[in-house]
Parts: sequence; C-alpha cells; structure tokens
Amino acid sequence: MNKVKGIAAVVLAGVMFVLLTSAYIVDETEQVVITQFGRVVGEPVVSPGLNFKVPFIQKATYFPKNLQEWDGDPGQVPTRDKTFIWVDTFARWKIVDPVKYFQTVNNMVTALGRLDDIIDPAVRNFLTSFRLVESVRNSDRPMDTFEEFSDESEGLQESQYRIKVGRSEITRRIMVQAQPKLEPFGIELVDVKIKRINYVEKVRDAVYGRMIAERRQIAEKYRAEGKGEASNIQGDKEKELQLIRSEAYRKAEEIKGEADAKATQIYALAYGADPEFYSFLKTMDVYRTVLDKSGTLVLSTDSEFMKYFKSSKGL
Amino acid sequence: MNWDWDKLREKQEQYEQKRSGGGPGVPRPPQIDELLNRFKNFKFPGGILLIVVLFFLFFGSSIFFTVGIDEVGVIQRFGKYSRISQPGLNFKLPAGVENVTKVKIKRVYKEEFGFETVKGYDNARFSNDNTDTGAALMLTGDLNVAVVPWIVQYRISDPYNYLFKVEDVRSILRDMAEATMRTVVGDRSINEVISKREEIAVAARKRLQDEMIQAETGIHIVTIEMKKTNVPEPVQPSFNEVNEAVQEKEQMIYKAREGYNKAIPAARGEALRLVKDAEGFALDRVNRALGDAARFTSVYKEYAKAKDVTEKRLYLEAMGDILPRLGAKFIIDADQKNVLPLLNMDTTRSIVPAIKSLQEGGVK
Repeated sequence: MNKVKGIAAVVLAGVMFVLLTSAYIVDETEQVVITQFGRVVGEPVVSPGLNFKVPFIQKATYFPKNLQEWDGDPGQVPTRDKTFIWVDTFARWKIVDPVKYFQTVNNMVTALGRLDDIIDPAVRNFLTSFRLVESVRNSDRPMDTFEEFSDESEGLQESQYRIKVGRSEITRRIMVQAQPKLEPFGIELVDVKIKRINYVEKVRDAVYGRMIAERRQIAEKYRAEGKGEASNIQGDKEKELQLIRSEAYRKAEEIKGEADAKATQIYALAYGADPEFYSFLKTMDVYRTVLDKSGTLVLSTDSEFMKYFKSSKGL
Repeated sequence: MNWDWDKLREKQEQYEQKRSGGGPGVPRPPQIDELLNRFKNFKFPGGILLIVVLFFLFFGSSIFFTVGIDEVGVIQRFGKYSRISQPGLNFKLPAGVENVTKVKIKRVYKEEFGFETVKGYDNARFSNDNTDTGAALMLTGDLNVAVVPWIVQYRISDPYNYLFKVEDVRSILRDMAEATMRTVVGDRSINEVISKREEIAVAARKRLQDEMIQAETGIHIVTIEMKKTNVPEPVQPSFNEVNEAVQEKEQMIYKAREGYNKAIPAARGEALRLVKDAEGFALDRVNRALGDAARFTSVYKEYAKAKDVTEKRLYLEAMGDILPRLGAKFIIDADQKNVLPLLNMDTTRSIVPAIKSLQEGGVK
C-alpha cells in the first residue's frame, strides 16, 4: 500500500512537472514565438489563453502585441525657408510579424534603435524640404489676423501664405517613406506625429523682436485711427455748427424780410391815399427829430413862416 | 473546512465540464481533481494537513474579491480576456487560472500641460523630460510664438482597450494631446489663440478624442480646459500696448463725441433763439406798420375834411416844437442882400444870447 502510494506520488509529481513546463499562458497584450533549439517552429501564437508546447526542447519567447510608442530625439532642423527649428516627434508602432521581429531585432532596445535610424532621417528630410508654415499649419483655414492693417505688405505675408501640403500630409509622407524600411523587422508603423515644433533659441529672439515690432505698429495704427476718427467727429461738429447757424440766420432774415415787405405794403396802402399829405407829415416829423440846438436857422422875412413878422398887412 | 472543500470541488467540476464541452481539441488543464481525490482518500498525518490547509487558504482568498464603486474588474483566464465584473463582491477561479485587474472607470483623471500644480513628486516622471519647459510654447499659424497651457480630463471608457490595446496609455495620451493642441493652434493666428480659447478647447477635444478612438486607447476625453493663453513674456508689454492703444483710440473718439454732443444742442438752441428773435422783430415791424398806418389814416380822414387849415395847423405846431430847440436863429429881411459877410458861422454861438430874448419874444 505504501509502495503504491509512493509510486503514485512520484508519477503525479512527474505529470505535474511536465504539465507546468509544457503549459504557457499568452496574455491579451502578448504574442509568442515557439522555437525549438533556436529554430522557429510553427506559426506565432497571437491569440491569448493557455497553450502547450513540447516541454524542455521548445522555448516560448514573448513579444508585445499591443500598440507601442516611439519617442524621437528632439533635434534642430533647418526648414526650406532657412529657419532653424527644433522638432520633437513621436510614432506609434506594433509588431505585426513576430517571427521577423524575433529574427532581426529581438528586443525592445534594438527595435527602438532601428526606429530611430529610420524615422529621424525621414522627419529631417521632409521638414527640410518644406517651408516652416507647411509644417506648422494643417489647413488653409482663414485666420483672424491684423492683416487689414498691413496694406503695404512687403512681399508675401506669412499669414496669407496658402498651404500646399500641411502638417498631416507631411507626417503621412514621413510614414509612407519610413514604413517599407521597417517591414523587414516585422514592425508596422501606425503613425508619425510631430509633437513639438519650436524656434531654436536664437531664432526665437528674432521672432520675439518681430512680434514686438508688429504689435507696436498695430498700436500706432490704433492711435492714429483714434486721432483720425476724433478729427472727423470734430469736423462733423464744425460743419453741423455752421449749418445750424447759417440756417438760423437765413430763417431769421427771411422772417424779417417778410415782415418788412408786409410793413411796406401796409404803409403803401395807407399812405397811398394821399402821398403829398404823408410827405408833409413825415417831413414835419423828420424836422422834429433832426433839428436841434446845434443847428443855426437863418430865416428870410419873405418866407412863409415869417410873412407876418414884417407886417400883418398880408391878412 | 469541509464546506469550503466541497464547494471548491463543485466549482472545479463545473469548470471541467465547461472546458471539456468546449471541444475535443482543448487540452485538459492540470488534473487538480485527481490530485484532490487522492488527497481525500488518504489519511493524512498532521504536517500534510497543515500544508493542505495553507494551500486552500491561499486559493480560497483568491477566489473572491471586491470591486469598488468607481471601478470594474477585468478578469483574464490564463491571460485571455474573460469577463468584466461589476462593483461588489465577486468570485473567480483561483489565482493562476483567473486574474483580475481593477480599472477605475468612473474616476476622472487629469493631465496638465505647460504648467504644474505643485503636489509632491507626482509629475516627477515628466520633469526629467528635458523638453518639458516648452510644453506650452507653440507656434501659431502666423508663425508667432504663443504660450498655451491646458488641462486634459479623461476617464477610461473601455477597460478592455485600455488594458490590452496600448502599451502605455498615459504616455500616448500626453504625446497625442501635445500634438493635437499644436495642430489646432498651428491653424490659428496669435489673436485667435489669445481671444478664442473656448473654440480651441472644443476643436482640440474633438481631435484628441478621434485620435484616442483610432488608437483604441479606451479613453474618453471628458474635457479640455485652456488656461490663460498668452504670448511669451518678452513680448507681453507690446501686446498690452496694443490693448492700451485700443483704449486710447476709444477714449479719443468718446472725447470727440462728447465735444460734439456738447456743442450741437447748444447751437440748435441758439439758432432757435435767433429765429424767435426774428419772429419777434417781424411782429414788432408789422404791428408798428399797422399802428402807423392806422394813425395816418385817422389823421388823414380829418385832414381831408379841412385840408388847408389842418395843414397850416400841423405846420405851425411842428414849427412850435422845432424852433425853440434850435440854436442861433437869424432873421434877415428879404431885401437885404449879401448877408453872408455878417454871419460868422463859427462865432454864432456867442451872439445867440443877444438875439435869444428878441427871438423868444418874437416867436411867441
């Protein structure tokens, strides 16, 4: 009985051991290449779950199946319009052919090194052959700038530049160029993106200078506009004043003229009855107002007034 | 102990049935059942019993687990995704067969770009990124430099994708967020970047969400919040100057308008006064004319009745009024010729008194 028990235990232990060494687990994020004495056996295992292999002689090598990231080294690149920029890119990739990958690169460090070797030059090539605007902008979307101020634009304004390619297209082309070179490694490039583009420090200072000058100019324009508009309003004011005053004068004179006319008509109508009598009366009135003590009167005795002075025989 | 034992066995049997029902090709897992049967049949010495107890304590503790209210448990059986368990107490097969990863799907995570909230060394991972000083520094579409800090809030919407599809979700999210924000800002002018933050946030959120879906990250972007966008520090004064200039401009215009508003109503009032004056004058003139005319007509009516006498009377009355007011008066006989030598026009005043008495007596 004891012997049987012992044998059973040994057999059991043996079975357990074989099972443990032959079973292997593939995670959702992994894929496995089975090798037998260094030679790849069968198709790579890509579906997750429990699997078995021949114990001892077969070896399972795990590779990630999920999306991996590659972060490029930031570096300086001159653009086509001779501006030095500082570019940081990243890419996403995955292992699509684990066997090739296993044979050529085998581990992550080497893989990233390969990606460096292939993507970095591609990025450089493309960015150098385009103007900076092409890498910065993505579309021809119209922008709200102060363009209306810079009528006297010297040459082609950057903001008016029409984008021929755009960022998305540039990165797509980088990818298209890099992809075939990565195929031998069993790597598929999902996309390449530009994380950052900035001016290098020296250029940046110059750009700041330009921005400042631009703003100053805009500020001056505003001030000048203010002055202009103020003068315009001032002019309007003067004009309005003249208009009001002259209209008032015209109206007043018209009214006065009408009154004069009416008065003249009234006088003419009244005095017309006997102009001679009117002239007599008026003359008397005028005498009353005109003659005063500064005047000297010389009367002749044969005047109408003095005719009784000499004698009363006239009566 | 027996209770646990039976239950475990039952479970195991169920599991076995399920497995074998799955197809003949599926190999059987380690034959624990057989092992157990054997153990059960034997009479154990105390030491082995202890091992067994420890063994089941270990498995027993790994068959149930709790899932918090804000998370779900993702269960993998031999590495293969099996199911998702909801909050509460849950059961699974023992460790080694099924593993659970808890994912907080309700929690909203936050990533900050271009600035750092100070909270220990949480962000230390990124501070060794030598490019980080420039996270907020970006080029605008008109090739100016803007400082754009922002926050991305996200939560895990698909635990399966989140766990299995992408190696380092957070890193991809950060890089993508930067790339996306730069793409959005790169298509806008510096003015828009400063004044239309809301619009940029919306556009960036949409773009980033699309990228996240495309990359199968299982992440839902809750919101992108823009912090204060600005221009780099050296350029700021000149931007402020523009704002000031705008103010100045408006002020100048307002001042001019004020002058206008002050002068014009006053002038209108003055004009009205002028017209009213004229109207007054007109009334005066016409009334006077009417008065004069009436008076003349009245006088004339009486005059017409006795022309000669009235004319004489009027003449004499006038003379009576006028003559006393005159200065020197000379009465010269009609026969007297050559009177001029006698009259020294300049000295007439001195002889006035002499003649005055005579003349006064004479006229009266």
